[in-house]
Amino acid sequence: MTRLANGGVIDRQRPLRFTFNGKRYQGYEGDTLASALVANDVLIVGRSFKYHRPRGLLTCGPEEPNALVQLVSDGDQPNLRATEIPLREDLEARSVNCWPSAKFDLRAINSVLAPLFPAGFYYKTFMAGRWDFYSRFIRQAAGLGHSPKERDQGRYERVNHHADVLIVGAGPSGIQAARVSAETGHDVMVLDMQESPGGHLLFHPRQIDGRAASDWVSREVGELQARENVTWLQSTTATGYYDHNMVIAVQHEPAESWLKERLWHIRASKVVIATGAVERPLIFPGNDRPGVMLADAAVRYIRRFAAVPGKRVLIYTNNSTPYAHLETFKTAGIEIQSILDLRKSPSEAELSLARNSEVPVIVDARITGVQGRSGVKGVTYQNGAGTKTVRCDFVCHSGGWNPLIHLYSHAGGRSRFEQASAAFVPGERAQGAYPIGGANGTFSLAEGLKEATDVANTLFCESVGNSAWSTPATPATEDEVAYRIDQIWPEKGLKGKAFVDFQNDVTTADIALAVRENFQSIEHVKRYTTAGMAVDQGKIGNPNVIGLVSRELGEEQSSVGTTTFRPPFAPVSFGAIGGSERGPLIIPARTTPMTAWNIENGAAMDEAGANFRRPFFFPRPGEVMEDAVAREAAAVRTSCGIYDGSPLGTFELQGPDTGELLNRLYTNRFDNLPVGRGRFGLMLREDGRLFDDGVTFRVDQNRYLMSCGTGAAGPVYAHIDRLLQTEWTDLNVYLVNVSAAWATMCVCGPLARVVLGKLESDIALDPTFQFLDFRDGALEGINVRVARVSYTGELSFEVNVARRSALKLWKILMEAGKEFDITPVGSETSGVLRIEKGFISPGHEGDNITNPFDAGMGWIVDMTKSDFIGKRSLLRDIKLGGERQHVVGLLPDDERAPVADGSALLPAQESNSRSGFQGHVTAACFSPTLKRTIALALLKDGQNRHGEKVVISGLENSCVATVTEPAFYDPKGERMRA
Amino acid sequence: MLEIPCPWCGPRNETEFVCAGEADRKRPANPEAETEEAWADYLFNTTNPKGVVREWWWHVSGCTRWFQIDRDTVTHEITPVKDPSK
Repeated sequence: MTRLANGGVIDRQRPLRFTFNGKRYQGYEGDTLASALVANDVLIVGRSFKYHRPRGLLTCGPEEPNALVQLVSDGDQPNLRATEIPLREDLEARSVNCWPSAKFDLRAINSVLAPLFPAGFYYKTFMAGRWDFYSRFIRQAAGLGHSPKERDQGRYERVNHHADVLIVGAGPSGIQAARVSAETGHDVMVLDMQESPGGHLLFHPRQIDGRAASDWVSREVGELQARENVTWLQSTTATGYYDHNMVIAVQHEPAESWLKERLWHIRASKVVIATGAVERPLIFPGNDRPGVMLADAAVRYIRRFAAVPGKRVLIYTNNSTPYAHLETFKTAGIEIQSILDLRKSPSEAELSLARNSEVPVIVDARITGVQGRSGVKGVTYQNGAGTKTVRCDFVCHSGGWNPLIHLYSHAGGRSRFEQASAAFVPGERAQGAYPIGGANGTFSLAEGLKEATDVANTLFCESVGNSAWSTPATPATEDEVAYRIDQIWPEKGLKGKAFVDFQNDVTTADIALAVRENFQSIEHVKRYTTAGMAVDQGKIGNPNVIGLVSRELGEEQSSVGTTTFRPPFAPVSFGAIGGSERGPLIIPARTTPMTAWNIENGAAMDEAGANFRRPFFFPRPGEVMEDAVAREAAAVRTSCGIYDGSPLGTFELQGPDTGELLNRLYTNRFDNLPVGRGRFGLMLREDGRLFDDGVTFRVDQNRYLMSCGTGAAGPVYAHIDRLLQTEWTDLNVYLVNVSAAWATMCVCGPLARVVLGKLESDIALDPTFQFLDFRDGALEGINVRVARVSYTGELSFEVNVARRSALKLWKILMEAGKEFDITPVGSETSGVLRIEKGFISPGHEGDNITNPFDAGMGWIVDMTKSDFIGKRSLLRDIKLGGERQHVVGLLPDDERAPVADGSALLPAQESNSRSGFQGHVTAACFSPTLKRTIALALLKDGQNRHGEKVVISGLENSCVATVTEPAFYDPKGERMRA
Repeated sequence: MLEIPCPWCGPRNETEFVCAGEADRKRPANPEAETEEAWADYLFNTTNPKGVVREWWWHVSGCTRWFQIDRDTVTHEITPVKDPSK
C-alpha cells in the first residue's frame, strides 16, 4: 500500500473495497480505479493489442492507451479506461486482451515472434490465400473486451440546448473565458470532463491573485454557477463538433440518480475550445514497460489521490515541464535519482529548480534500455561520458505537450506545426471555433488567462457591437519557468522496441518500414501501421508518428501534416446515442382505433407500411396461417368479411382548381366526375412509372376526397404538396392530410348488404346505390360516409367514420354480422384476394420500370389530355418501343407447387429468340377459392405470350407454368358491381 | 447537423426538413414540346456543383412550407433566398 498519510481529495474515512482481475483491494471515496491501483502497487493493468506485452498506466486521464478494462460490476461494459472510472464499493473490473490473465498471458508468444509481425503483416500474409480460412483464427485473437450479454439496465436521455457561447473545458482559461462572457449577459454554457472544475490546477500547486489557485477556482466557479445566464456541467465530455456549431456532449451520471448518461445536442453561436493539452511520451526502448509513466501523470496521482507510483524515480525529458515537478516528488518522499535531459543545455531557471531540490541533471543523455519485464529495476543510458546503468523503480518521462485540437479539427479547422513549442496548434479557423490556452498551444498559465480574456472580449464586442462595458481583469499569477522544448528523435535503426503508439503496438521500426515501402502520405502510414486508429484516435502518439515520418522522409513536420481527427473524441456508449429511443420506442408503431380489439381477438400482427402494425390473419385455436387465410378468404367470397382499412392515406382537396389539379396528377380525368361519385385513379411519377392508385370521391363541386396506399401516403402527400407550392402556384387548391381523422372498415362479401341492412340507418342500400357511389348518413346514430368500393372483387361497402366512433361502430357491425359468421380479415388474406382478382399493386407489380401499358392499365390512361404527370415520359416509352415486361398471370402445371415472390422466370424451351431471364414473380399464393397456386409476374413481352409455358425458378423449387391473363377470378368484375 | 433557416419558423434542426433538390430545375410549361434530350436532362440530371447551389427545402415537420436557400456544398454556409415563392 503506497498511499500518503495526508493530502489529495480522497476521503480516508470512507474506504471502498473493489476487485481487479480477481483480486480484492481497497481504495477510498474520491479515487479512480487507476489511482486505487497505483496506491495498491498494481503495476500490470493490461496487455498490449498485438504483442500482448505487459502494460502499466501511462497517463492519468482519458487519453490512457493501456488500462482498458471490462467493468463487470456495472453492466459488463467493455473497454473503459481505468483512469476515468470513479471507484465504487464492490466495483469489479478485468483487464481486456489477455488470456488467461494480465500477469501471465499465453499470447505474449507474439512478442517473441515479433519479427514475423511487421507493419502490414495482415495485408502481406493473408491476402495470398483464402481469407475465409485465416479469418477464423484471426477473429479469435482480434478485438478488445467482449460485448455485454445482459440488457443494459441504465437509463439514458437526449436533450437539446442553445447557448450564445459554449466553453469546453473548465481549466483556468475556460473559467476566465466563462467569467468574461457571463458578464456581458449572454447565455453561457460550460462543459468540463472532470468531476471538479479547475483543469490542471487540480493537480498542480499554483498561485492566482496571490492565493492558492484552488481558492480562485472555487470562488469564480461558485459565482458563475449562481448566475442565471450560466449552465455549468461537470463530468461531461464534448465528443464531437459538427456542422453549424453543433457540439455533442455526454454527461456521465448526472445528479438525477435514475439517469446513467445524458446526451446533449448543443447549438452555440460561438464555441470556445479550452480543452488543454496532454503530455506526449518520449520514444526509447522499453518505454512501454509497466512503471514507465508520463511525468505529469505521476504528479497527478500523487497530488490528487495521494497515490505514489514508486520509491525511486528517474526523470527523462526533452523539455522544461518535469523540472517543476521535483518539489512534488520530494514532498511525497520519493528519491529522485537524476534528470536525464535529451537537450544539451537546459535553461538557467530549470537548472536552478534542480539545484534547489538537489537533483543531478545529466544533459545530452539518451535511454538505451529499461531493465525489468513486469516492473522497472533500472535504466541504461548513454551520454558523452559513455554508457551507465542506474537503479530506480519507476521512470517518469515527458516529450512535450499535444494541444487537444480534436474539436477544432472536427469543426473543419486546420492545424499547423509550431516550431517553438514543437506542437500542432490550431491554424485556419472554420465555423465559430475559438481555441484558447493549452488547446491553442499556449502552455503558460498567465498567457492562457490573458488569451481567455482577450478572446471572450473580442467575441462579444463583435456580437454586441459595444465596447462600453468594462472587461473583467485578467487575474495575476506568480512567475513561471518559460516552456522550452527541443525535439530530439531517437537514432535511426534503434535497437529494441520503442513504442510510438501504445494502444496499437506501433514501434519506430514499423514507421521506418512503412516509409521504406514507399508510404509517403501520413494518412497512408496511419492506415498501414494502424498508428492513431481505434479508441486512441492519436491523442498521445500522433505528433510522434508525424515527427518520425518526417525524419524518415527528410521533410519538415509542417509539410507532412496531421491525419484527420474524427469524432468521437472519446468513445460514446450506444445507450447514450439511443437515449430513450429503445425497444418499441425506436420506431413507435402507429395504431388504428381497432388495434387493441384486433390483438384481443387473437390477430397475428405484422409490420405494414408507414410504421403501422396491422392484423396479418386471425388464427383460431389449432389453425396455422394457411388454414386461417383459407377460412377468411372463403368468408369474403361466400358470406361476409370485415377489414380494417384505416391505415390507408386520405387527403381532402378543396378549391376551384381541384378538378384541374387531379387531371394533372392522375392519368385519367376527374373534372367531369359527378358529385356523389368516386373514380379509380392511377398516379404516375414524372418518369412515367407506376406511383400510386386509389379511389377519389367528389364530395362537392370544389371538394374532393382522395385515398391512396398506406405506404404511399407520405410520398403522395409530398408529391402533391411540392407541385402546388413550387410548380403550380397558380392553382387555387388546399391540400389537407386527413388520414388520421378518418377510420375505415370494409364490410365485404355477398352478404355485406344484408349485414349493413340490419342496422338502423337513413342510408338506402337500394339498387340505385351503385358501385363507386357514396352516401352520407348515420348508422345506429353514428355519422358515416358509406362508399361502394371494392379491393376484394366482392360486393363491398366501405364505411368511413370519425376516428373516435370507429371502435363502437366496429363492435356494432361484428354483433350484426354474427348470424352470418362475419369474419375479420387480415392483410395476408387481403393480399390473396387481390392476387385472385389480378388487381395491380404499385408496390408489387410496379418495379420502377413498369408503366401503365405494361401493367395492362392502358384503359385508364387518357392520352388526349394536354398534360399529366408522366405523360411526356410515356410518349418517350412509346417512341423508343422495344420489348417491355408486361404483367401476366401464371398457373403452375402442378396445382400445389409452392412459388415464392421474386422467383425468376426462364423459357420452358431455350430458343434463339428466348433464352435466359424472362422476368420474375411479383406475387404468388395458394388461392383458397380456386384451390390451386396462382401467381402474378412481370414477363418479357408477356401480353403476347398467353398460353405459352415458362419455368418458375425459385431458390428451392422450380416448376412449369402456363402464362395467362392476370385475372383468375371473376375477370369481368360482375360480383363487385352486384 | 445543419441548422436550416425556415423563412416562416426561423432556424430549426435539419431533421425537421426534407431537402428536395436543386431549385433551378423547373418543370417545362409544355413537356410535349421538349426534345427527348431536353426532357431526359430535366428528368435525370442535376448540376451538383462544388460551391453554392440553390435548393428547395420542405419544412415537413413544421409549417409544411417549401422554400429556397442557397447552400455552399463545401462549407455548408447557408444564405436565405429573399422571396421563397419565386
